[in-house]
Amino acid sequence: MNVWDNEFAISIMPALLKGFWLTIQITFVSFAISLAVGLLVAIVRFLKIPVVSKLFDFYVSFVRGTPLLVQAYIAFFVLPLWGMGFDALPTGIVVLGINYSAYCAEVYRSGIEQVPTGQWEASRALSLPPARTWFRIVVPQAVRPIVPVMGNYLIMMFKDSAILSSITILELMGTSLQIGGNYYMYLEPMTIAGLLYLAISFPSSLLIRRLERRLVPAY
Amino acid sequence: MMQGLGVTILVTVLGIFFTLIVAFIAGLTGLSKRWYLRWPSTVFVEVFRGSGLLVQMFWFFYALPVLFDIRLEPLVAGVLALALNEGAYAAEIVRGTIRSRPKGQTEAAIALGMSPGLRMRRILIPQSIPAMLPAFGNVMVDLLKNTSLVSLVTVSDLTWRAMNERTVTGNTVELFLTILVLYYLLSLLLGWLTRWLEKRFALDRKSLAKARPRKAVLVGGRL
Repeated sequence: MNVWDNEFAISIMPALLKGFWLTIQITFVSFAISLAVGLLVAIVRFLKIPVVSKLFDFYVSFVRGTPLLVQAYIAFFVLPLWGMGFDALPTGIVVLGINYSAYCAEVYRSGIEQVPTGQWEASRALSLPPARTWFRIVVPQAVRPIVPVMGNYLIMMFKDSAILSSITILELMGTSLQIGGNYYMYLEPMTIAGLLYLAISFPSSLLIRRLERRLVPAY
Repeated sequence: MMQGLGVTILVTVLGIFFTLIVAFIAGLTGLSKRWYLRWPSTVFVEVFRGSGLLVQMFWFFYALPVLFDIRLEPLVAGVLALALNEGAYAAEIVRGTIRSRPKGQTEAAIALGMSPGLRMRRILIPQSIPAMLPAFGNVMVDLLKNTSLVSLVTVSDLTWRAMNERTVTGNTVELFLTILVLYYLLSLLLGWLTRWLEKRFALDRKSLAKARPRKAVLVGGRL
């Protein structure tokens, strides 16, 4: 087959790997944001503070109900008009983090709800202060079952970070689109990009499946 | 904008339709005992779940024409990528749900002398559908949101129209907020639809249980 140009494929590898590295960095920073924001949202929703908790309920449902692409466009095109313009990269990282924080909040919630009521009651009976109840009793037990779920979301973020290429970020997808556009040769960059995504997410998902078996108690 | 909404809905409906087909084909072959059916299904599911929707969409749009010298309409490339990607996720749901049916059901069907095909068609699949619905609902909302990506392969959906109008009129804020709300309403609608279906399937079972004794008398206890 003479469609696939091997020399071209090798020549674009450095650029693609550079984009790939950026993709990985974006994923981890966004993941940290979504873990932190998600925890905050989950706790506020759990405490059932009037009005505030309802607002956070709406936040979760709204963020989960709208496309990441549109959210990214809004952050990139609309916020500067309101005097909050940032570079594409920080904008993209924050959008991805915020988007997944809504999913993380749901995961935290399921984790917190899995902690048996007896644990709460026992903490109350021992008159533990709320902070210790949360951080020494509830959170350690809530974290165990949600680790694999969070891992799955990390992989999904990794793949979804490709969407940020549409707000001019040159991560793996953006780089391969740019190469494709420059040389008008799309087959090689697209295929390599797909394989690179696969090379990370497939082994990670196997790893998470093993983790799942170890961390989730078999009922 | 209204045309864009129509295209988004069209892509969503087509996407759901083909996703279901892909999901059942890949999910059922994934359950097969024969390796030449199971292996392709596993490879398909892992490749399409592992490489990201946007890559797949661009690949179908830009790379496939080069490779096979066929030109896909943007809409076709978009729906194809959506259906294969979401279908891979949904196939795992189909496989997982059918596998988690109580073993007694399979054993009872074997004891009654049902062929494997009949067992799947009349016993396992009907039982699994109510259990699949909530997870399918999530996939469908996901699919709806992901239809916005077809705008990147030049399908003139809601997002594409908004981007296009923006360059013409410059009403960035109004346009984007409008489509944001529209997408949100559509996904709420899909959520309601799923819950309605869940309720309907739950209801059917109850009404069936009520109708059963009378029917059993009529057909001579064959049920």
